[in-house]
Amino acid sequence: MKLTVNGKKKSFKGAPFKRLIDALREDFALTGTKEGCGEGECGACTVLLDGEPVNSCLIPVCQAAGRKVETIESMGAPEKLSKLQAGFLACGGAQCGICTPGMLMTAHAHLKGGGKCDDASVRTALAGNLCRCTGYQDIVKSVVAAAKGKK
Amino acid sequence: MSVGKNEPRRDGPAKLTGRALYLDDVAIPGCWHGVTVRSTVPHGKIKSISYDPSFPWDECVVVTAKDIPGKNLVALIEADQPLLADGIVRHREEAIVLIAHADRATAYEAAKRVKIEYEALPPVFDMEKSEKIFKSFLISRGDLDAGFAAADVVVTGEYRTPSQEQAYIENNAIAAYEEDGVLIVTGSLQCPYYVLKAMKQIFNRGEDKIRVIQTVTGGGFGGKEEYPSMLAGHAALLALKAGRPVKIVYDRHEDMAATTKRHPAVVRHRTGLTKDGKLLAQDIEVVMDGGAYATLSAVVLSRGTLHAAGVYECPNVRVKSKVVMTHTPPNGAFRGFGAPQTLFAVELHWEKIADALKIDSLTLRQRNIFKLGSTTATGQHLLESVGAEECLQKTVKNSKYAAKRKEYDRWNKNPKNPTWKGIGLSVCHHGAGFTGSGEVYLASRAGIALTKTGELIVLAASTEIGQGTNTMFAQVASDALGVPASWFSVETPDTHKVPDSGPTVASRTCMIVGGLVSRATKDLKRAFEAEHGRVPRTTAELKKAAAALCQGAPARRFEVQYEKPPDVTWDDATYRGDAYGVYSYAAIVVDLEIDKLTYEVRVRKVTTAQDIGKAINPLLAEGQVIGGSTQGLGWALLEEPIFKDGVMINATFTNYVIPTSLDTPPFEVILVEKPYSRGPFGAKGVGELPMDIPGPAVAAAVKHATGRLIPTLPQTPERISRALQ
Repeated sequence: MKLTVNGKKKSFKGAPFKRLIDALREDFALTGTKEGCGEGECGACTVLLDGEPVNSCLIPVCQAAGRKVETIESMGAPEKLSKLQAGFLACGGAQCGICTPGMLMTAHAHLKGGGKCDDASVRTALAGNLCRCTGYQDIVKSVVAAAKGKK
Repeated sequence: MSVGKNEPRRDGPAKLTGRALYLDDVAIPGCWHGVTVRSTVPHGKIKSISYDPSFPWDECVVVTAKDIPGKNLVALIEADQPLLADGIVRHREEAIVLIAHADRATAYEAAKRVKIEYEALPPVFDMEKSEKIFKSFLISRGDLDAGFAAADVVVTGEYRTPSQEQAYIENNAIAAYEEDGVLIVTGSLQCPYYVLKAMKQIFNRGEDKIRVIQTVTGGGFGGKEEYPSMLAGHAALLALKAGRPVKIVYDRHEDMAATTKRHPAVVRHRTGLTKDGKLLAQDIEVVMDGGAYATLSAVVLSRGTLHAAGVYECPNVRVKSKVVMTHTPPNGAFRGFGAPQTLFAVELHWEKIADALKIDSLTLRQRNIFKLGSTTATGQHLLESVGAEECLQKTVKNSKYAAKRKEYDRWNKNPKNPTWKGIGLSVCHHGAGFTGSGEVYLASRAGIALTKTGELIVLAASTEIGQGTNTMFAQVASDALGVPASWFSVETPDTHKVPDSGPTVASRTCMIVGGLVSRATKDLKRAFEAEHGRVPRTTAELKKAAAALCQGAPARRFEVQYEKPPDVTWDDATYRGDAYGVYSYAAIVVDLEIDKLTYEVRVRKVTTAQDIGKAINPLLAEGQVIGGSTQGLGWALLEEPIFKDGVMINATFTNYVIPTSLDTPPFEVILVEKPYSRGPFGAKGVGELPMDIPGPAVAAAVKHATGRLIPTLPQTPERISRALQ
């Protein structure tokens, strides 16, 4: 089966019902996508499928056949963070960091999709991503700051 | 100067790009997957263990208690908890058999093919009916009978708080393997030297033959304080028997059902006061549920006991407390460590007293709150850094508490309004560092290494688990030496590389270990001055000075050990004296609204002032305050592990609900800085303090909104509905 991962054409030869998260982590060595609950509640495994945020623990890899998957590895590198990542660094949006890749992917999709960058809209967009460390306020600030910085 | 600045967190770039390697992300060649077969009864004798003969067991490694080379024990405080149940089980989900296989799914399948038969024994689930006491304490001050005899009014109350799951988003995960005769244990953990201590007894090995290394850790909150010792033992038993690396990564359900949680508690108050609301006598009884083994229960109870009388001066106090055994998975460390339970009671009790005396609870608090020179229930004189009143005053002012109480009283009188509104208040203290003589027993060490090439490396076993330890250490060292923070790196906690700076718990990392790092850096500074003439001003000069100071050695270490301040005294036998070196203080106001139809509670705003001595990094400190307060709001409104037959039946994120971005209100955080002379740059503790009092403030606000005092958490729609019927 063929799919595009972070802009690169990939072929996958394993079981078609392997979870997308396992295919990404085990077959493509993209360990930036994290598993928090394995049942679609925490959002730590969020990746973008054709630009839409999905829980990769709930999706069989065959559902991504012929489609575009984007993971955290498609964003900026440590020495060259994207505006959104830089916003998280400046505003305290990451603490332990385990929810962060999923949080960033959801926020990225929200902003890229033209979502509003006021506090309430960002909170609604991020409601499927659990964070136990920050209490969310600094995450929301990070997203809002990054969005405003862009304009 | 770096202290006081929002230096970006050092682990940020790696975490923000998915490059940070948590245990399950680490590529360990040839690593097998370990799984655990657990008890399905809460109390019973193991009659037999059998293995389905149709399964290819030769592909697996199987471990039971008889494979343990040393003691079958998770060494901590008491020697009571086996690493693997042997002959008897004392709680559901107790580990009995371990299996490792190259393929994760096959390992899980193998676990299903193990059959264990039990002879059931009677379990005890009700902590008030348990006859086995793990630990009890008694604090007394003054003459309780005389205090009650002089009182104009006596108010009694009973308060209950539930368990709580730490719910770090990275589940427990540890890998083990042997390399050149050294057993290496690596993973998600808070306290490398606790794991080392446990491993020495399990494997009969010296410290040179065991090495514990922390990987990037996705949250702990106490949940990775003692449990990793158990998990490390399991992974290492499998790895040694298999002769290859083995990792055990729990899934969410297993992590929630099997690992430690907050101690459920019941606290009873009998309080005598003058008619003006001056405290004369506090008689307090605390019972906590320890679960099946003692783990850290004695120290959790200690902290709960020492905070039970609250942040108020009272001449006559008795606190009687006990933690008991029940046949449930052991409870353990969770942010706040016993204090949130007892502070919930003492703080909410003010609302009951306010009704009895017809004086509002803010005025009552103001009449009794700790001031400079106050004396605590243990006889500790508070001689510096007492920010309780300032926190209370700033929180009340910024939240417009008084005006809103009146405004909401009017709103609530109008039956046409679709909601009730309420605003509630709480104040607390939180002792920083280990209790009593705990820091003396720990005798922590930390240091700075200067390599001959001019690297400056902070050496401590204190773990970065999201709170910002590494950034804070670099900032403290930076100011102690007077060079940029970027000159310092922080060594990975690895028991073969760093000294034992004690566990990463008890709000002690900044105040105690940060203090050690500061002292060690000052020793380095003196060495630079003596041997190089001055502290280097450029990195080129640093390299030159380093070569001179190291005198050909690869590195020179500057290590210091904790020293007890001479005037701090504590008596473990009588529980009298200076329970903590110093206290942090906090006040919080919770502003909420309750839907009259659904009883759903919506928190509209939280205002909190927290006296932490000095914010080394205000952004990180605020992150602790907002995050900790949110965990407190979760405990107050949403989170309740439901136990049936001794096991948590809502052990998933689907039905154990933690706050989302939409459940969480805007926070206004005011950092109050009453410096502590012995903390680094005046700093005290911040980690646990914010968890302590959202609970009682929520309950007080619910009472303001509905008129009913609900003495139990969480204040769910169901519980509010029942209270209003």
